[in-house]
Amino acid sequence: MSVAPPTPMLVEPFEQADRQHEAMVFGLWLFLATEILFFGGFFFLYAVARLQDPGGFAVGGHKANLLLGTINTVLLMSSSATLTVAERAIKAEWRRAARVAIVATLILGTAFLAVKGFEYHEDLSEHLFPTVPGFPFTAVGAIRFWSFYWLITLIHAVHLTIGLAFVARLLWLDRLGTLGPRWMVAEVTTLYWHLVDIVWLLLWPLLYLIGR
Amino acid sequence: MKRDDGATMRSDDTGLLAREPGERTYLTEGTTLRSWLLSTDHKRIAILYAVSITMFFFIGGAAATVIRLELFTPKGDLVTADTYNRLFTLHGVIMVWFFLVPSIPATLGNFLLPLMIGAKDVAFPRLNLMSWYLYVIAGCFTLAALLLGGVDTGWTFYTPFSTLYSNSYVLLAAFGIFVVGFSSIATGINFIATVHLLRTKGMTWMRLPLFCWSMYATSLVMVLATPVLAMAMVLICAERLLGLPIFDPRAGGDPLLFQHLFWFYSHPAVYIMILPAMGVVSEIIACEARRRVFGYQFMVYAMLVIAVIGFLVWGHHMFVSGQSPFASMIFSFLSFVIAVPSAIKVFNWTGTLYRGTIRFSAPMLYALGFVGLFTLGGLTGLFLASIPVDVHLSDTYFVVAHFHYIMVGGSVSAFFGGLHFWWPKITGRLYSETFARSAALWLFFGFNFTFFPQFILGYLGMPRRYHEYPPEFQVWNVMSSTGAVVLAVGYLMPLFYLGYSLFYGERAPDNPHQATGLEWTTTSPPPKHNFLVFPVVRTEAYAYHDWDEAPGKADETMQDERA
Repeated sequence: MSVAPPTPMLVEPFEQADRQHEAMVFGLWLFLATEILFFGGFFFLYAVARLQDPGGFAVGGHKANLLLGTINTVLLMSSSATLTVAERAIKAEWRRAARVAIVATLILGTAFLAVKGFEYHEDLSEHLFPTVPGFPFTAVGAIRFWSFYWLITLIHAVHLTIGLAFVARLLWLDRLGTLGPRWMVAEVTTLYWHLVDIVWLLLWPLLYLIGR
Repeated sequence: MKRDDGATMRSDDTGLLAREPGERTYLTEGTTLRSWLLSTDHKRIAILYAVSITMFFFIGGAAATVIRLELFTPKGDLVTADTYNRLFTLHGVIMVWFFLVPSIPATLGNFLLPLMIGAKDVAFPRLNLMSWYLYVIAGCFTLAALLLGGVDTGWTFYTPFSTLYSNSYVLLAAFGIFVVGFSSIATGINFIATVHLLRTKGMTWMRLPLFCWSMYATSLVMVLATPVLAMAMVLICAERLLGLPIFDPRAGGDPLLFQHLFWFYSHPAVYIMILPAMGVVSEIIACEARRRVFGYQFMVYAMLVIAVIGFLVWGHHMFVSGQSPFASMIFSFLSFVIAVPSAIKVFNWTGTLYRGTIRFSAPMLYALGFVGLFTLGGLTGLFLASIPVDVHLSDTYFVVAHFHYIMVGGSVSAFFGGLHFWWPKITGRLYSETFARSAALWLFFGFNFTFFPQFILGYLGMPRRYHEYPPEFQVWNVMSSTGAVVLAVGYLMPLFYLGYSLFYGERAPDNPHQATGLEWTTTSPPPKHNFLVFPVVRTEAYAYHDWDEAPGKADETMQDERA
C-alpha cells in the first residue's frame, strides 16, 4: 500500500514535481559522495596506521569504552528508524505521528551527544588524550589510535549536530504548516541522517571492537 | 569590434549600462546592493564571483611582482628569506584556490551553463548563492592570515613543517582553504544536477556544447576530489590545534601520508583548472574558424577520460619523496597515458582550424595562444612524468615553468578569451577590438618572455623557492622579470578597455559573432529568466555549415576531388 505524497511545493527553477524530486535526491547523493570521500581520507590513514602497528592499535583500542560506544550505536540506529518513520508519516500526511517521530529522533540524537560527552569526560579522567601528561601508552599504534579516536569522533559529532539542526528544521516547517508540501526536504534530510549513522556503524567496530 | 550584423544592432546610446526605454534585462531587475547580494540569479552570482576573483587575482599578482623584483638580482637584497617564503605561499594559495579553481567555472560557467542548455537557472539557485558566500568567508580567513603576517609553508602545506615547525598563520589559511573547498563542492553539485535535469527539449547529451561538457567533467572532479583536501586540512588543523600527532614521526605518524592526501586532491585540481579552459577554447575556435568542431565525440570522451585518469596520477608529485619504485613506475605510466586524451584535444583543435575561415579576433588570439602554450606545458609535463628526468628536474624552475604554462598560459589565456568572447552577451556592450587584440599579444609575448627562461633555469639546476641564487643564473632571471612587466601590461589592459566599454561601449547585438549556441539566441544581456520563449534544440552543436559543405567562404575549387 502506498499513499501518494501531498502535492509538493515547487521551487525555482523547477516546473514539474518529479523533476524537482529527482534533482533534490540526486543533488543530495552527490553531496553524500563528497562525504564518503571525506571520510575515505580518514579511513585510508586509519588503515595504514593499523597495518603498521596492529599490536599497539589493539592495546590502545582496549581502553575504549565499549559500553558507552555500544549504547550510542543503539541510540543512533534507533534514531535512523524514527526518522524514517517520520519521513513516511510526512508523505502520508499523518501530521501527529510525524511530529512525534521527529521529536523522538531529536531526543535520540541529543542523547547520543550527551553519552558521547560522558564518554569524553571518562576518557579525559583516564588521561586518554595523546598530549596530556599521564597518557598511559608508549606504543606508537596506541598513540595513533587515540589520535584517530578523538579526531574522528569529534568530526562525527559535528556532522551529527548539523544533522540535528536539519531535523529540528523539519519541526519548524511543521509549525509553519508547510512540511506536508515540502516532504522532499524531509526525504533528503533523512538521507543525510542515514549517512551519518552509517559512518558511525563503521566507526563502532573500528574504535570499540578491535581491542577485544 | 564591428561586424556586419546591422539588422539586430540596437541604438548606440551610451552611459553606464544604458538601456532602451522599457528594456528589461537581468541587470535592470533591482539595482540596489541588496538586490545583488541576495540574488539567486545565476547571472548575478557569476558577476559577484567575477568581481571577487579579479580582486584576488591582483592580490596574488602583487605578491608575484615582489617575487620577480627580488629575483632580479642574485643577492637576497629586497626581502628576507622568510618574507620571500611568505610571498610565494601567498601567491600560490591565492592564485590556486581563490582565482584559478573558481575562475572559469564560477564566472563563465555560472553565467553560461544554464543559458547554453536552455534552462532558467541552475538546479539549486540558493546553494549557488551560498557557494559565493562561502568563498567570501574563506577569502576573509585567508586575507586575515595574510594581514597578520602570512604563511611560510608554500601552497602545498607539507608536513611536518606545516604541523610542527612553522611559526606562521597556517591554521587560519588551512581553515580558509577548507571553507573555500565547500564553495567549489557546492558549484560542482549544482552543475552536475543542472546538466542532468535541466536540459531543454531536444538538448540531448551529444548535442551539448563542449563548454557544458567541460563544466560537467570539472564538476565531477570538484565533487570527488575536494573533500579529500578538506580532510587533509582538517588533519593539519587537528595536529596544530589539538596536538594530535597524526603526521608527527616521533609519535609514529607518517608525514608522507599528508602528501598522498594532498596530491589526491591537488593533482585532479590541475584538471579543475584546465578542463574549463578546454571548453572555452573549443567554443571560440569553432566559432572563429566558422567550422564544426572536428571529432566532437572524441572531444567529449577525452574530457571525461582526463577527469577519471586525473585521479590516478597523483604519485608523480612524489617520485623523490620516498615512495616504492613500483608505485612510481605505475604513476609514471598513468601520467603518460593521460597525455593521450590531451593530445587528442590539441589534434582536434587544429583539425577544426584546418580549412576554416579563420577570423583573428581578440578571443581567437587568446584561444590560439592557449593551444600553443598548453601544448608546450603538456609536453614538458611528459618530461616530469618520466622518473629519471624528474629526479633531475624535481623542485627546480623547470617545474615552475611547466605548471605556469598550463595554469597561466593555458587557463588564464582561456579565461581572458572567454571573457572577451562572451563580454557582449554578459554586459550588452562591445569593447575595443584593437585594444583587445593588442592585449592578447602582450599577454602571449609577456608570458613566454617570463616563463620560457625558467625552463632553462630549471634545466641548469636552479631550485625553486629560494630568494637568492648563484650569479650565473642572473641573465635568465632578469629576462624572466622583464617579461613579467610585459605580462603585467597584458593583464592590466583589459581592466581599462573592458571597464571603458561598460560606460561608453557600443550596444552589442544579440549575436555579435554569428555564433551557434542557445546563449546567442536570447537578448544581450539576457532577461532575468534567460529566455522569453524557451528554446527547442533541433541540431547538433556547432552547425556552422552543412555536413557536406565547406565552412564559411572557403573556395570551392580548393576542395579535394572526390575519389
